[in-house]
Amino acid sequence: MKYTKQEYQDYANKKSPDSPILKDVVFAFLIGGAICTVGQAIGDIYKNFLGLDEESVKTAVPITMVFLGALLTGLDIYCKIAKYAGAGTLVPITGFANAIVSCAIEFKREGYVLGLAAKMFTIAGPVLVYGINSSIVLGIIYYLMQTL
Amino acid sequence: MTKKLGLQTIEFKDTVSILSTAAIAGHREGMGPLAKYYDKILEDAQWGEDTWEKTESKMQKTAISRAVEKAQIDVKDIDYIFAGDLLNQCTSSTFAFRDFGIPFLGLYGACSTMAETLGLAASMIDGGFANLCAAVTSSHFCTAERQYRFPLEYGGQRTPTAQWTVTGSGGVILGKGDNLPCITHFTVGKIVDAGIKDANNMGAAMAPAAAETILTHFEDTNRVPQDYDLILTGDLGKIGKSILIDLLGQKGYDMSDNYNDCGCMVFDINDSDIHGGGSGCGCGAITLCGYIMDMFRANEINHVLFVGTGALLSPTSTMQGESIPCVAHAVAISAK
Repeated sequence: MKYTKQEYQDYANKKSPDSPILKDVVFAFLIGGAICTVGQAIGDIYKNFLGLDEESVKTAVPITMVFLGALLTGLDIYCKIAKYAGAGTLVPITGFANAIVSCAIEFKREGYVLGLAAKMFTIAGPVLVYGINSSIVLGIIYYLMQTL
Repeated sequence: MTKKLGLQTIEFKDTVSILSTAAIAGHREGMGPLAKYYDKILEDAQWGEDTWEKTESKMQKTAISRAVEKAQIDVKDIDYIFAGDLLNQCTSSTFAFRDFGIPFLGLYGACSTMAETLGLAASMIDGGFANLCAAVTSSHFCTAERQYRFPLEYGGQRTPTAQWTVTGSGGVILGKGDNLPCITHFTVGKIVDAGIKDANNMGAAMAPAAAETILTHFEDTNRVPQDYDLILTGDLGKIGKSILIDLLGQKGYDMSDNYNDCGCMVFDINDSDIHGGGSGCGCGAITLCGYIMDMFRANEINHVLFVGTGALLSPTSTMQGESIPCVAHAVAISAK
């Protein structure tokens, strides 16, 4: 055909429908917001009914949310919500649980060591690497600001 | 006496008949509009096996066993089996036939494999090297997802251009017979890289390869689209199909009447998960081995050009930022 590669890519882009950004953003906001509301409610219950102190609530809420994310992943529910929620299920800590548990389930068949354990962090690994690195960089900046 | 026509086409002078075909389809495909043409529809994705890979192998094995039964031949009389699939090292195919005791030729043409295996099997028969050959391919949504994309339970959003890998396997027995559809031509495609890098837009990547092969087929055989009752591409999906019509239209070939794509036929159009359409080796294979062969038997069509389309990418090449080279092979089938 007569197209150059660039011309063809431009033409193919025009032919390909874009993601429905507005719809995706609204769903992400609503479902992501709902997950955060659940987290807040659990925190309030821990504080007001179980009498946990502030520090313990900060530890207990993520633990509970990770558990719920993992449970819903195992029950084949989380990915169905994520189909509509997109970033709404990806960004909260439940998304982190999903990334780890889905890999663990998928690669269990290749064994507990080289399958499940080794592949568990294929998706979550980069989040850890860059998360930890950026916190180190921010820590250094914070330290410098304190000393100056 | 050469049997080659023009640049890339083989013309089979001898009769190469399709003795039988069998199509094994997944559960979701079984809810699609072509369900009644399949020989077997799986009740679930696993089909009693403990890995998806074993399920896919079992699908190929069953497709050939069923086709052998229908052709009323002895499996040991098959001279060569041509098989391929999408998985690393083509294990679905090799594991399927390790107990068959038939000379085996494994092929990788990504989703073009059905056309590739058919064309090569026909060449063996036409050349006088074989009396009976089998051609088979398969794909499975779950094996393809875990190799090319994400774990099944991972919560991700698919782009509108992404296609859904068909769970299915199609098997064909070729030989010599009377009053059966025959393979008359095989146009071997060249690798075409149009520069598309988005692995979620394979229809756009493959359409130029399909257009080149179809165009070459017309030039080599002096045929036009109207010589066929149906021209059928393997898995271009909605976007690829529309691009192909544009590309061939620019060359003066009107494809609007008798052209379709298996990726746009295999699933229920109201199924919101499918996005761009069906894909995978199984997409073209089950449509050809089920619906199309049934149409031949019912004398509703007499001439079909089946064009298998393959995106020759790997997860590694995608991660390294390479564009997607593609290939398409065309097989002409005519009623005798």
